Amino acid sequence: MLKYLIEKEFKAIMRNKFLPKLILVFPVMMMLLMPWAANLDIKDIKVAVVDNDRSQLSTGLVNKINSSTYFIVERYAKSYNDAKTMVQNGEVDIILEIPENYEKDQVREKNAKVNISVNAVNGTRGAMGGAYLSNIISEFFSGRNVSGQTALINVATQTRYNPTMDYKKFMVPALMTMLLTLLCGFLPALNIVSEKEAGTIEQINVTPIPKFTFIFSKLIPYWIIGFIVLTIVILLAKIIYGVSPVGSLATFYLLASVFVLVVSGLGLVISNYSNTMQQAMFVMFFFMLIMIMMAGLFTPVDSMPEWAQLIAGINPMRYFIEIMRMLYLKGSGLSDLTRQITALALFAAAFNLWAIISYRKKN
Amino acid sequence: MHIFRDPRTILILLLMPAIQIILFGFALSNEVKNIDIAIYDQSHDVASRMVIRKIGESPYFNLVASIDNMNDANKLLQSGKAKVVVIFESNLYNKILHEGRGDVQVITDGTDPNTSNAVTRYVQVIIAEAQQGLTNNYMPVNAELSMLYNPQMKSSYSFVPGVMGMILMLICAMMTSISIVREKEVGTMEVLLVSPMKPIYIILSKAVPYFTLSLVNLTTVLLLSVFLLDVPISGSLFWLIIVSVIFILVALSIGLLISTLVDTQVAAMLISGLVFMMPVMLLSGMIFPVENMPFILRAIAQFIPAKWYILAVKKLMIQGLPVKYVLTEVSVLVGMAVVFTTISLKKFRIRLA
Amino acid sequence: MTGKFSDRERVIVVSELTKKFGNFTAVDKISFDVYKGEIFGFLGANGAGKTTAMRMLCALSIPTSGTALVANHDTMRESDKVKSNIGYMSQKFSLYEDLKVWENFRLFGGIYGMNDREITEKSNLMLDELGFMSEKNTLVKALPLGWKQKLAFSVAIFHKPKVVFLDEPTGGVDPSTRRQFWELIYKAAHEGITVFVTTHYMDEAEYCDRVSVMVDGRIDALDTPYNLKKEFKVEGMEGVFLKLARGANRKEI
Repeated sequence: MLKYLIEKEFKAIMRNKFLPKLILVFPVMMMLLMPWAANLDIKDIKVAVVDNDRSQLSTGLVNKINSSTYFIVERYAKSYNDAKTMVQNGEVDIILEIPENYEKDQVREKNAKVNISVNAVNGTRGAMGGAYLSNIISEFFSGRNVSGQTALINVATQTRYNPTMDYKKFMVPALMTMLLTLLCGFLPALNIVSEKEAGTIEQINVTPIPKFTFIFSKLIPYWIIGFIVLTIVILLAKIIYGVSPVGSLATFYLLASVFVLVVSGLGLVISNYSNTMQQAMFVMFFFMLIMIMMAGLFTPVDSMPEWAQLIAGINPMRYFIEIMRMLYLKGSGLSDLTRQITALALFAAAFNLWAIISYRKKN
Repeated sequence: MHIFRDPRTILILLLMPAIQIILFGFALSNEVKNIDIAIYDQSHDVASRMVIRKIGESPYFNLVASIDNMNDANKLLQSGKAKVVVIFESNLYNKILHEGRGDVQVITDGTDPNTSNAVTRYVQVIIAEAQQGLTNNYMPVNAELSMLYNPQMKSSYSFVPGVMGMILMLICAMMTSISIVREKEVGTMEVLLVSPMKPIYIILSKAVPYFTLSLVNLTTVLLLSVFLLDVPISGSLFWLIIVSVIFILVALSIGLLISTLVDTQVAAMLISGLVFMMPVMLLSGMIFPVENMPFILRAIAQFIPAKWYILAVKKLMIQGLPVKYVLTEVSVLVGMAVVFTTISLKKFRIRLA
Repeated sequence: MTGKFSDRERVIVVSELTKKFGNFTAVDKISFDVYKGEIFGFLGANGAGKTTAMRMLCALSIPTSGTALVANHDTMRESDKVKSNIGYMSQKFSLYEDLKVWENFRLFGGIYGMNDREITEKSNLMLDELGFMSEKNTLVKALPLGWKQKLAFSVAIFHKPKVVFLDEPTGGVDPSTRRQFWELIYKAAHEGITVFVTTHYMDEAEYCDRVSVMVDGRIDALDTPYNLKKEFKVEGMEGVFLKLARGANRKEI
């Protein structure tokens, strides 16, 4: 019985003018563009310098800043107000103001200060830029005071898993998750409800087909689409970005298949409760946005307030992003991922059971 | 107008922006904190304890484990239970006193480069402070930092304009396109088209309810931002609203355009919901600074209305700049509205002919 | 109640079947029997409760009270057994438009547990009888309405159900197609399939073995067309219907 239903789902998808294109083109487009966009690397922050000292020291400091990859000294401003106008026009992000007699004071009292004003409207860029700039200035001076006192404790740092600190390596697995969630979540959400709108669901409801079989027949096609999308994005990630999973590919597919069941299950539940496609779309959309934003995809979950972390705890996408990043970058095995796998399995079971129960053949 | 007969959809449309602005306004933050840290202390002396105490007190760190071998350190990092491990060599304090130099190793999980960077910096700062405490040798402060426009560094300041742009764009474009295509699909569009009503009025009659709804949403979002998230409207409220209205018009015209391009509701929904969602989230500067992107993407971003809107809102609302600073943004948005509307009206007429 | 089938097995047994939506009683304690091989006409104005009653018999809708046995199975407790023994054609065309003609046969045959070979043989046979072989590979959405209706009927009886329920099967098609459609119904009845049909075309009522007339959720008359006409002293079923409908309180919806 199942065979005939699945066959029908595939024909319906393939004959749609739009869906096959979407399934193929959307992932490709996104993989081509998005890793370049989703970049929080801090570099080329534009600095306006207000140098009221014009001494050797101030010039040295400015050169030091300019030589760092983080900063570009974009402009010299005549006055602080002049520089502030540049900030307002969005020409620069940070103002560095060096006071008059800076060199003299520095030599005499050793506590002359420069002022750094950050355009803090751009959260990350502002905050990080300000901190980096103060670091560079401290370094500048610690390099000059060759008293040897500064380096009592030597801090050796080692970065694991992503030693080149490549932001793309961090984002690519997450973007894959996002793609998978969007395609395998939205399509099923629209599926059952579209049969309701077309009236074909009546013809199905009057047959002795078990609810389980029906839901299963809706699930399988998206499962397979998930695999196709996944394979496309894995290949693209490898070809374009040279990123491939450090962990086992089999584990990767296995866990992805569980995740697809979770999102498709959620989609079907929503589809069951909706009367029109419009409703289904908005509800799905609502959950999608929350899932994506609360998944640690763009901003770390650890930085969220307690209550938001609780919400993130019931977000299946969050677990899968963790899995993806761990598999891709750390090569973690199943044993490292037990917590995430358990969570995903529970979600998959719960959503699909719910989908079966909420599908009503009678009213 | 059918939409007003469907209380569930209406509820979603009105609640969605409210819930999202609250959720994202409070929850999203690029600031790195609560980092799970593990300590491997081989020294157990004054120096290491001082650093550990400071780490424990820091709001940035969350001490999850004290371990006594490298193996555990590797395991914690591998399983993600710790994002950073700090290792103190034995006899740290003695070495500092007698050799003038002690070693501390910091191993970070570089999966997320930003977190990793931040973590390294935090640890360095903490150790430097501890060192000053140990030697009573205070380093001079070299720089005074001030945060313009957002002195408390609240991340809601940078996320609110983004969320506003995203919500208004997606809801308006989606609603309009779906409702028009729905009429096409059901066939009622034909009935309207043969009526003596001019096409422009038909389109207007479709757009007005959504326009109204969007204004309600705008109001909710602004009220919540100001009173709940404490994001001030530092500039002129009047111009903020004007710019928002223009942006809503752009969104509506995009919805209109989509509806002239596709024939089925599913396609309209998927295009406006799915194909639009990623670019708006990623390219609008809402989360990721446009300045960081390579040239091609920066070029593409110029065509995303939300990018201009978010810029304008940041300037008007957060920076409190007078309207002359957003003239570029406003004219781009007006231009977009005009272009999109003209194209879709043309397309609409062709269908009639 | 007379009829040439009354000595036969009863395929549908309905007693006191009621459906309420809030305060509104859509179907009000209806009771009747339908015999094997019979063409049973279910008449009534729009809103009289025909479709609601039929949906309960198809186990699509749960009755508020009362019982219905279809093919010896209770529609409430054994709905899946009821469903494997019935065919259904809804008022709104509801085959898959993006499937081809043969693919619709294949899908529904498969759902009712037929195997590939049975499905192929049966669908070829049916298409042949319909004179529809040339359209085998046509997408259903490309067919004219009349053909869609005939196809929907063929799909509804494809798995040889004991009863087939037809909800206004000839709505919106031209008279000659309607005649052809009724030929199909006769043929099915001849093969032993009980036909339960709602309609508001009075000439079609004449084709039925027995006719029930629903008014305001009740069955106000049930007999052969001949007896009904005699009882109400009118020429055609139209007259019977008008006389009964005059007493209706519900407005047409």
